Amino acid sequence: MTETATEPTVPAVDRVIIRFAGDSGDGMQLTGDRFTNASAMHGNDLATFPDYPAEIRAPAGTLAGVSAFQVQISDHDIMTPGDAPDVLVAMNPAALKSDLHRLAPGGTVIINRDTFEERNLGKAGYKYNPLEEGDDLKGCRVISVPMTSLTKEACKELGVKPRDADRSKNFFALGLVSWMYSRPVEPTMDWIDAKFGGRDLIVAANKAAFSAGHIYGETAELGDQRVIVKAAPLESGTYTNVNGNTALSWGLVAAGQLANLPIFLGTYPITPATDILHELAKHKSFGVTTFQAEDEIAGIGAALGAAFGGHLGITSTSGPGVALKSETMGLALSLEIPLVIVSIQRGGPSTGLPTKTEAADLLMAMYGRHGESPMPIVAPRTPSDCFDAAIEACRIALEHRTPVMLLSDGYLANGSEPWCLPDVDDLTPIEVTYATEFNHKNADGEDEYWPYLRDEKLVRSMAIPGTPDLMHRIGGIEKEDGSGNISYDPTNHAKMVEIRAERIRRIEVPDVEVVGDTDADVLVLGWGSTWGAITSALGRLRGEGHKIAHAHLTHLNPFPANLGEVLKGRTHVLVPEMNLGQLSLMVRAEFLVDAQSISKVSGQPFTAGELETTILEIMNEEAK
Amino acid sequence: MTATMNNEAVPETKRADWQSDQEVRWCPGCGDYSILTAMQLLMPELGVRRENTVFISGIGCAARFPYYMNTYGMHSIHGRAPAIATGLAMARPELDVWVVGGDGDMLSIGGNHLIHALRRNINVNILLFNNQIYGLTKGQFSPTSETGKVTKSSPVGLIAEPFNPVSLALGAEASFVARTHDMDRKHMQEMFRRAYHHDGASLVEVYQNCNVFNDGAFATITKKDSRDDMLIDLRHGERIQFGSEGQFGVVRQDGGVEIVNVADVGLDALLVHDETRQDPSTAFALSRLAFGPTTPTPVGVFRATERAEYGAAMATQVADVAAESGKGDLASLLRSQPTWEV
Repeated sequence: MTETATEPTVPAVDRVIIRFAGDSGDGMQLTGDRFTNASAMHGNDLATFPDYPAEIRAPAGTLAGVSAFQVQISDHDIMTPGDAPDVLVAMNPAALKSDLHRLAPGGTVIINRDTFEERNLGKAGYKYNPLEEGDDLKGCRVISVPMTSLTKEACKELGVKPRDADRSKNFFALGLVSWMYSRPVEPTMDWIDAKFGGRDLIVAANKAAFSAGHIYGETAELGDQRVIVKAAPLESGTYTNVNGNTALSWGLVAAGQLANLPIFLGTYPITPATDILHELAKHKSFGVTTFQAEDEIAGIGAALGAAFGGHLGITSTSGPGVALKSETMGLALSLEIPLVIVSIQRGGPSTGLPTKTEAADLLMAMYGRHGESPMPIVAPRTPSDCFDAAIEACRIALEHRTPVMLLSDGYLANGSEPWCLPDVDDLTPIEVTYATEFNHKNADGEDEYWPYLRDEKLVRSMAIPGTPDLMHRIGGIEKEDGSGNISYDPTNHAKMVEIRAERIRRIEVPDVEVVGDTDADVLVLGWGSTWGAITSALGRLRGEGHKIAHAHLTHLNPFPANLGEVLKGRTHVLVPEMNLGQLSLMVRAEFLVDAQSISKVSGQPFTAGELETTILEIMNEEAK
Repeated sequence: MTATMNNEAVPETKRADWQSDQEVRWCPGCGDYSILTAMQLLMPELGVRRENTVFISGIGCAARFPYYMNTYGMHSIHGRAPAIATGLAMARPELDVWVVGGDGDMLSIGGNHLIHALRRNINVNILLFNNQIYGLTKGQFSPTSETGKVTKSSPVGLIAEPFNPVSLALGAEASFVARTHDMDRKHMQEMFRRAYHHDGASLVEVYQNCNVFNDGAFATITKKDSRDDMLIDLRHGERIQFGSEGQFGVVRQDGGVEIVNVADVGLDALLVHDETRQDPSTAFALSRLAFGPTTPTPVGVFRATERAEYGAAMATQVADVAAESGKGDLASLLRSQPTWEV
């Protein structure tokens, strides 16, 4: 599809991992995102990992201010943004210092030489200049380019002030990397026009910087560095590159369409969930109302109020917000009202690591409310899977009249991948029926409406305000099953507790699929965003002749009906999780299997390599 | 949604139509009974439908109110009723949404939701039953309890200053603020009626006697024999004058207002009440006249101004976008970022 793809002289590689790192103000996220999109358009499979600090602008040039974007592009199906980067773009000394250790042996470092002067080196904690002294860069291929001055030079004729030109240096880096990997030029030029349209000087400066970077690659004898990653043989269809929070937001919109209900999002800004508010606020034409409340509690409260009125009520948050919302979740459980709680997990406890990923809120989702208060949990596994998981969470909520936790994480939220778009006509409608008629007769034979009369799935009748004749009151106080009247009767409470548990158990969820060597003694059980790393690691281990099965849970409550069978008879059940063993605790309690936890709680996702090593160690330990 | 909104003429109703089948379980002698009666008697006069009326409450004695009204209702959790009502009122603007709660519910645990509901001007009618005590937990001081009050949780006297709910509401940009008391059904009904007709958030503070834990808190001003000299009945467009003989009045003084003897200043010097003043400072000054409440206390509508209602404005935004860009199309949404074919 591009002219570069046909150049015969450029050698092909099957995949490459590039990490753009610079100061928070250097535009690394934008650069990485742009390179990703150009690669997606080129037909590569890819996965991304934005890795940035919580501070909006940490002091410039410091280690705390380093913002990075990692992307893996390949000519075959991949599941992760890769382990060790083949190429590290370091825009300043701090970026080199903080990220060099990640580089693959013999990897390439592209450095903005202009920033390696005393002041910046000092801020990064270098006592010397690693470009000139020391062993830091030993074994690496170093491409040291005066990006700042070349960018300023390129912009000089345009009338751009040097200070403004300095801001375009990320486009120089993008141009250079685009040349190295034979990315087409035109899409990026068009994108610059669209993105900075109306600001002519900025458009001109960015284009000049991009071209300068591109030309630098051609003229600076970097020819041996140039490779191409050919298009991946993906399933045919229309693709877009999507991150998890966008896919999740679109899934919520889709659920509203499928249920034919207006959507009400009541929420409060919190990293890394805020983008869901931003995205949904754009989609008023789908009947979406977004309400930025005064606090987390009001966010879910308003969503509950809208759900009581018959809308699809949703709230979005992250760990600290989930804690604040827990009392209202309990109310929704007691009222048996549909509500979707979207939790984008981040490092905790407390403020923890707002911009870093973790999956340590599973037990909070499962048990983090007072009383016996079971709630369904749905967890997506990839960025694009967030779309399906969002629909599934809304479906369970609406069809079973229960709050549902949609449990994503920061890694999925911000990471992106190509997504083969579904045919929207293939999506299954969501059945929502509200009562419009009396459903009971009192002792005198008069018609009545009983809000807690249930169907065979124990789903209660729900009449929404505005429905003639069916006026009734519901509340958080224990109520009599059937009539819904306040009841302090001991047997009734015991019955209601049991019903609330049983009705969650009766939710039908698909069986969990076992992939790989399905009968293997070793089973890796995962949930959520670890899917990519597990799948890649097991692929490598199987390549080395090991027999391993993989099962990955989307539904964490209720568990799939076949999970017990799947776990039975294995010598090892290994559970990689970004927590200290929460799913393994649940599985041990539920199935009495000796599930072994593989933990990672560094705010970083698992890499396939470290999982491969750990799983191999465990298997070898057993073999001894 | 499948709920059918009825467009036919509203049928006439009686008090009994608004009474639910639930046994009322407040302590005998509680002021809540008279408030409930006032509301159940008012509803037929308002000419509204039971199915379009919703009462939402939090937790506390007052919060049992929805169970006794034969309408839709939700008895929710402590403090959160204004937030829940906000979502309902935004989602279903055709409903009449009432919020009922006490001073602990609305001014302590739920204070944040109350002030923001007022600030946004959400179309809900908020009834704040103020008895200056925690009743359901059996007698702790509340955020409206007077300084020095001895309760189970302040055995040697309460240290903090109380909130004045009317002052607080005015400070929170409320567009409608009124005060009434449980000893005067007609006045209550008049305030509830005004609140109902107000477009936007309306707050009505109801002085309500808790005869078990704070009996007589308002007796000085609400008893029939002392009422005339102790209640300053605010009436729009009229001089602010009170007393059994009309002997007292309110004048502007030093940037605020003060109580005077009419004989000393003459009738023409009295302040004429204007509830529609955009500037809330006079209404605020009136709210500061009373202390206790054991000194002459204004009741009636302090402020009733027109301001954009949040839910309607949001609905307009949604409708305008839909009109401009057409009804959303899911397939197009999924293709709204760059796409490519494989």
